[in-house]
Amino acid sequence: MAIKDEDIIQLATTPMNRLEQSYLPEVFKGFGTTLRHFFTSFGQGRTSQTIQYPEQRREDYHPLEGGMEKSNFRGVHRLNRDEDGRVKCVACMMCPTICPANCIHITAEESPWDDREKYPKKFEIDELRCIFCGMCEEACPVDAIELTTEYDIVGLSRQEMVFDKNKLLNVYDVTIDKKPM
Amino acid sequence: MFYFENILKVLVIIVPLLVSVALFTVAERKILSSIQRRRGPNVIGIFGLLQAFADGLKLLVKETILPSSANKALFILAPLVTFFLSLIGWAVIPVNEASVFSDLNVGILYLFAISSLGVYGIIISGWASNSKYAFLGALRSAAQMVSYEISIGFIIINVILCSGSLNLSAVVLSQKSIWFCIPLLPMFILFFVSCLAETNRHPFDLPEAEAELVSGYNVEYSAIGFALFFLGEYGNIILISSITVLLFIGGWLFPFFSTLSGSLCFSIKTFFFIALFIWVRAAFPRYRYDQLMRLGWKVFLPFSISWVIFTASILSCFNWYILCFWIFLILYLLVLICFLLVSLGFY
Repeated sequence: MAIKDEDIIQLATTPMNRLEQSYLPEVFKGFGTTLRHFFTSFGQGRTSQTIQYPEQRREDYHPLEGGMEKSNFRGVHRLNRDEDGRVKCVACMMCPTICPANCIHITAEESPWDDREKYPKKFEIDELRCIFCGMCEEACPVDAIELTTEYDIVGLSRQEMVFDKNKLLNVYDVTIDKKPM
Repeated sequence: MFYFENILKVLVIIVPLLVSVALFTVAERKILSSIQRRRGPNVIGIFGLLQAFADGLKLLVKETILPSSANKALFILAPLVTFFLSLIGWAVIPVNEASVFSDLNVGILYLFAISSLGVYGIIISGWASNSKYAFLGALRSAAQMVSYEISIGFIIINVILCSGSLNLSAVVLSQKSIWFCIPLLPMFILFFVSCLAETNRHPFDLPEAEAELVSGYNVEYSAIGFALFFLGEYGNIILISSITVLLFIGGWLFPFFSTLSGSLCFSIKTFFFIALFIWVRAAFPRYRYDQLMRLGWKVFLPFSISWVIFTASILSCFNWYILCFWIFLILYLLVLICFLLVSLGFY
């Protein structure tokens, strides 16, 4: 749809008057503005919008105050378990197909259980390659892969940041109380 | 015994200077962060006061990288030159009456010579690094410092004319009746702005223009070499602030509070100028290079030269107090006329 002529707003910069063209009063205005900010924010955390990360966390604040919106936050992945504690994934290969970063690697195998045909023998997510777009979560037909609200994951090596099936199931065990399925 | 005494004197100057350089960097980060409504360093030590020492330690234990195509000897020499040149200027700075390391009769000339030599550290580093960014940064820096040094020279001539001496203590003592910043107000403002350019500070920090030149002449330096450049640069800022105080703000003199300790007065005034350096950095955007050169050669230089002639001619006709009166009168008239012209639209 083309933009209509009446929707276009012409913004003209206001011409400077003689005093402003000399820049001299503006220099002192600049000094004044910075000084005001200095005195209203020096030493008092209340006026500052900074969240002191390790001590204060975004989870503790309301989203309107710069906090975290937990319902749709996209953090580290987890692999959900079903009622019997088995991995819920059916190794349908939807998530590695949709993944734009190609960070999910699944080796499927015939399922030992009767209610499904396949299950993932190996399920690896390279968290360093992942761009946390949430497409895997959208693609999953059985809600087996989900993104949690955990965002501060660390590792001492690159290998450590490739999460395997056990680790992803552990993430489920840790975060199930915080974020129910 | 003589040597021991002298070494002690040197230490008494240098150790507090280095500590104040360290605290200056913390103060800069704290003040800038407050102006930008951030917190700044607040983890190491109370209010982050030990941040500078932690940074220094980090730089000390890091690896010194020598670029393979660099001229090794000059590459190592350059930060040393910058650092030591920022230190030796303090030999002639009187912090109080009769408390000066060397009461040189040509103190101002000595300081001027030292600050001119400061360009060499930058040129050497830029050339020895064998890197295009460093070289461009060094060229810019050198051109900038040389062009602003000329107008600084003419501004200082004004002060010398009024005080009648090149000895810094004598310059301060001649301000007993009135600080030079009042009769020489335009020169004082010009001097401060030139000092910003001379020390490569905002808004004239073109050698370090991050967007264009990465970090200027010190881009190839790491670890202790970088630390020495950093110390030298900030030491220079403190030195030039104290020179401003000595030449224009009456050094250790303070009217109405004659009981106040002289060196305390001197420190307070110097601190004010250091804070002004930081304040300016927070308030103003960077100049473009041609604007900087135009300001230096086409505005500052003619203005300071004509003011030298003005001061000299008035001094040859009248004595000192009448000079103040005349300059005041003319200044106020000028300001009034300018304001009228501007507000009436005859700009």
